[in-house]
Amino acid sequence: MPSGKEIRTKIKSVENTRKITKAMEMVAASKMRKAQDRMLKARPYGEKIRRVAAHLSHALSEYRHPFLEKRDQIKKVGIILVTSDKGLCGGLNTNVLRQLVNKMRELEGRNVKVQLTAIGSKGLAFLQRNGADLVSEVTGLGDNPHIDSLIGPIKVQIDAFNAGEIDELHVAYTRFVNTMRQEPVVEQLLPLSGDAVGSAKTSWDYVYEPDAKSVIDDLLVRYLEALVYQSVAENIASEQSARMVAMKAASDNAKNVIEELKLVYNKTRQAAITKELSEIVSGAAAV
Amino acid sequence: MALRIHVDVVSAEEKIFSGEADHVVLPGESGELGIWPRHTPLLTRIRPGAVRIKLPEGGEEFVYVSGGMLEVQPTMVTVLADTAIRAHDLDEARAVQAKKAAEETLQNRSADMDYAKAEAELADAVGQLAAIKKLRIRQ
Repeated sequence: MPSGKEIRTKIKSVENTRKITKAMEMVAASKMRKAQDRMLKARPYGEKIRRVAAHLSHALSEYRHPFLEKRDQIKKVGIILVTSDKGLCGGLNTNVLRQLVNKMRELEGRNVKVQLTAIGSKGLAFLQRNGADLVSEVTGLGDNPHIDSLIGPIKVQIDAFNAGEIDELHVAYTRFVNTMRQEPVVEQLLPLSGDAVGSAKTSWDYVYEPDAKSVIDDLLVRYLEALVYQSVAENIASEQSARMVAMKAASDNAKNVIEELKLVYNKTRQAAITKELSEIVSGAAAV
Repeated sequence: MALRIHVDVVSAEEKIFSGEADHVVLPGESGELGIWPRHTPLLTRIRPGAVRIKLPEGGEEFVYVSGGMLEVQPTMVTVLADTAIRAHDLDEARAVQAKKAAEETLQNRSADMDYAKAEAELADAVGQLAAIKKLRIRQ
């Protein structure tokens, strides 16, 4: 049986661990609220663009944008993988990576190649370890991501799509359902599906300045960026809530461990006292 | 009642302004634009500059945008503001940078994506998570 001092040290160390996990839980809870806020704030932009795009797809029957055109043969697809930069958030990254690997397996089965963009260092490290075809990356977005840092990595994929190197573009991230539930998903970005754009019934058209084509090009690129930004924002909200839950579990576990250790400690202490007493008594009897 | 126009200024990161206005003045790509109610539908790019929103009660609201897109319909104006400074060369530079970072990461890449290894790694992680969960239930 370990001595009382050893157990005391052990209790102390578990208590310290618990303090850290407790603090992390509270930090994650407050960050989660902010992240959720950001997620909601980003929505109107996407909605507005979607409305304009819906109108365009209807008004412009003569100019079909390549983003809206479904390609017959799919030889290669691009996937943008959104993960967190930090760990300690339960199964969040593992789940989205599994989803990704399943998707890639399925594509491989159809003889379709995949090129990847990594957003977030956990996914990047995974892809690097496993030798994926990585075309662009960005890490260290922090809690307050800016679209600024996403433009480059996305552009690499969009350029590849325009050049005909890839025929589809997907994004893999963790969708925020609620605090307890986050869902890993792989969604298609390009070609923009009819549902994503929708269609409006109108008989008028815009005046375009300087010309229709370049304005629509710009608009749709921004739409894509907004979609990716939205997934990054959702991913951060998911990350924080997953971390909050994971850290709460860790704190609870630590509490249980401390209780068990205290029990053992008290038992050893009592055993030592009993032993001492019986020694004194038997010593006195001998005299 | 005087005619009004609904104005929304949104960026990818947040909603900046939303409300009724008398008219709006903003920097269009080919010159300063003044948008009044019942303007013809218009879709254009805007240059970096100030969007001046004349409020119906008098007074003005200033919003600085670093470029973006403008959509005009007879009763509403939507400014899709960029939060980043955009220019073709700048975007190109960003793309090149992201690409270069990836190339550096891949410098000592073995061969093709190793699915077996990837799956083994994930299975390991899943096993760990399951073990933790079991541990919790037992307690």
